[in-house]
Amino acid sequence: MLSVQNIALSFGGVRALSDVSFDVREGEIRAIIGPNGAGKSSMLNIINGVYHPQQGQISFRGVVRTRMEPHRAAAQGIARTFQNIALFKGMTVLDNIMTGRNLKMHASLLEQALYVGRNQREEIAHRAKVEEIIDFLQIEHIRKTPVGRLPYGLQKRVELARALAAEPLLLLLDEPMAGMNVEEKQDMCRFILDVNDEFGTTIVLIEHDMGVVMDICDRIVVLDYGRKIGDGTPDEIRGNKSVVDAYLGVSH
Amino acid sequence: MIQSDPRDDGNVDTFPMLLLQHARKQGNRTAIREKDLGIWQSWTWAQVADEVRALACGLAAHGFRRGMNLAIIGDNRPRLYWSFAAAQCLGGVPVPMYQDAVAQELLFVLDNAEIEYAIVEDQEQVDKLLELLPQYPNLKHVFYDDARGLRHYAQPQLMAYDRLREIGQEYDRQNPVFFEGSVGQISPQDTCVMLYTSGTTGKPKGVCHTHAGFIAAARGDVEFDGFNASDEVLSYLPMAWVGDHLFSYAQAMVAGFTVNCPESSETAMTDLREIGPTYYFAPPRIFENLLTAVMIRMDDAGFLKRGLFHYFMDVARRCGAQIMDGQPVRHVERLLYALGGFLVYAPLRNILGMSRIRVAYTGGAAIGPDLYRFYRSIGINLKQLYGQTETSVYVCKQPNGRAKLDSVGRPMKGVDIRIAGSGEVQVKTPGMLKEYYKRPDATAESISADGYFLTGDAGFFDSEGDLKIIDRASDVGKLADGALFAPQFIENKLKFYSYVKEAVCFGNGRNMVCAFVNIDLQAVGNWAEKRNMPYSGYLDLTSRPAVYDLILNCVEQVNADLAREAALASSQIRRFLILHKELDADDDELTRTRKVRRNFVAEKYAPLIEALYSGQDRCHIATEVKFEDGRRGTIEADISIRDVKTLVSGQQAA
Repeated sequence: MLSVQNIALSFGGVRALSDVSFDVREGEIRAIIGPNGAGKSSMLNIINGVYHPQQGQISFRGVVRTRMEPHRAAAQGIARTFQNIALFKGMTVLDNIMTGRNLKMHASLLEQALYVGRNQREEIAHRAKVEEIIDFLQIEHIRKTPVGRLPYGLQKRVELARALAAEPLLLLLDEPMAGMNVEEKQDMCRFILDVNDEFGTTIVLIEHDMGVVMDICDRIVVLDYGRKIGDGTPDEIRGNKSVVDAYLGVSH
Repeated sequence: MIQSDPRDDGNVDTFPMLLLQHARKQGNRTAIREKDLGIWQSWTWAQVADEVRALACGLAAHGFRRGMNLAIIGDNRPRLYWSFAAAQCLGGVPVPMYQDAVAQELLFVLDNAEIEYAIVEDQEQVDKLLELLPQYPNLKHVFYDDARGLRHYAQPQLMAYDRLREIGQEYDRQNPVFFEGSVGQISPQDTCVMLYTSGTTGKPKGVCHTHAGFIAAARGDVEFDGFNASDEVLSYLPMAWVGDHLFSYAQAMVAGFTVNCPESSETAMTDLREIGPTYYFAPPRIFENLLTAVMIRMDDAGFLKRGLFHYFMDVARRCGAQIMDGQPVRHVERLLYALGGFLVYAPLRNILGMSRIRVAYTGGAAIGPDLYRFYRSIGINLKQLYGQTETSVYVCKQPNGRAKLDSVGRPMKGVDIRIAGSGEVQVKTPGMLKEYYKRPDATAESISADGYFLTGDAGFFDSEGDLKIIDRASDVGKLADGALFAPQFIENKLKFYSYVKEAVCFGNGRNMVCAFVNIDLQAVGNWAEKRNMPYSGYLDLTSRPAVYDLILNCVEQVNADLAREAALASSQIRRFLILHKELDADDDELTRTRKVRRNFVAEKYAPLIEALYSGQDRCHIATEVKFEDGRRGTIEADISIRDVKTLVSGQQAA
């Protein structure tokens, strides 16, 4: 579905990524792991077009590209969540998720302002879709709550909801479980698996919790200092000597 | 098409017949609503009858027969309510179970009721049942309502509700007379439902009720308060609790009113406001939580709002209840109350979702007097009732206009009550249980030879003929000096303070009363935040001297209250401590209906009790806790103990 080949990215003299290649298959859950500063988030940013790599190419669903703008990526069916939550804090959960439908609204500005014509029909259809997602992620009780008042774990869930509202083919999750307690993590894992299962969404995620990664991912890419040092199923990664040395460590 | 039907009369006495009667007589009226994807969906009585028919046929096609038991587990969902009716149509017995019970707790009931068929809500419940399969292989069929997350489950026992319904419709087409024939075979003396008692003491027991008994009780209730088809209720209490079964199923079947199922348990309070029920039933705890939520918000409100609120609440306290009971009140007060109604009470009722309430009931545990007065004073007709699972909650109710806070009202029509020499209340009621399932010994122990049910509650009739319940007969004790000790009474006084979530008092056979207190994390947390007091969590809060001062203040006020009544002055609390963890049903400290299991708590925290009575001022304790996912952990804490001033009887608080 997605493949990145020989990607290199540097900021001035700092080489964030060099010669990284991997692929993502349709319908799988793919993890990118590695120590801090390994280039994981940069990799996601390249996939959805925030950064432009100096070398290498990306092909998404057969279309090869070297440069991509974020809104084009979104239009092609790539949605993401962020490491530090990027929601509209003053807006309600419902409105936040509605913004995820933005690219699918076609009514003109005037129609939207006056709530007439196409806009009315569209908004009802979008709301129905959003309600499905609310039901799916079990956030009915906070539908009308401003996001800023919610605890962290729930904000993460709302962000996932907004990404899902775009009905993406590829979902990029940047540390979806950072800062969560065990119970919240379990919930989030279940939601990620359900999304993958129910909507068939392909998922690429960055995560530090190895228990989670090994449990829910089909395949894993390991980065270290901007280079790929491992790629394979959880079992293969566990047995990979250089990965263990660089990141996983050995139990004593 | 309306036909006169010989079966249409007031004496229909099985639930399936009642359902079919509503489908004929008021087929187009709304029977049940559920909020789904943000929109209230409704089903008419005719549609419900069709759904039940399809479901019953589906179960029959899978071999469910007369005399079998059907487990029902989940939140309040229309399809689960229909499952009750479907099982009854086949002469089977629905057995609802608490949806938040952990797997091992379900095992006992599954095994005891010999369950082979279950209809459950979702993946959570399916997982629990599958987890039990190795220990309980007799489970043959599990039908689930919500298919989410279950796509890859390949267990042969599983089937979606939708599929079951299709099979039922097909079965119905091939055997068109089966359903009527099956319904015709049900006798009013058949068991209509089996409700497991929460098991405050010992293992749960299955209470079997007959159609005739439960309907008689529901009919008595409906006549008493004049419920009719235009009433609306919100069903949000556990389906396994007799209260919900009576109110959302039996009374709805008798009166034909509309039952509303909330979107999820978390949204129940918002849904309550949207529906605006006319009839409401909740245990005291729910009323308490609602009030706590309001009080917390009032604490945060601006100066003007807070002032208005407290001024008019004072007015309401002076005259609100009297006005509702039609007693004489001074004109000035009446005017102030009317003004308060406009400015405070009506908006408040609206916030609580109680704008349309005609009748609200509470029962199941004693309600704090202040709590009770609060609701009545703002114009909500909150009344108390008294009854047990075994009596279909049909014993006593307070009539309109005669609601006294310390009584539970008068015997209902057809109910006979006597007080045994020991002070125990004994009851003969039309809603009497048939038996405890497979427990003839327990049945014989609880029902006297002349047909009275032994409630185990201590009580007496006052001079006006109203029944007063003091406590569980087994809980009422005496202090070492012979003074009366009614722990629940004191605990309820403590629990009225929003900072106190739960309290357990000890004193039977001892020289003084001591108490464990559980703080309310929400209320105390809010209080701490406003004082810029940082804290890391529950355990940290409970150990703060400032929090101890806060609770000490509550305890002292309770003591002042107790000192006013000569008989109770000796029960003033001398020493107390704040527990380091919340009492929790998962740790067996509370029952699933959230009543304290006093003896269990006393045993579990024996070192703390020892410390309270031996005069130490600190005690170290390690407690094992169960997490929701079944893992175990330990909480350790150094708990400090505080002494409390007591007052001489009759002396007023300074």
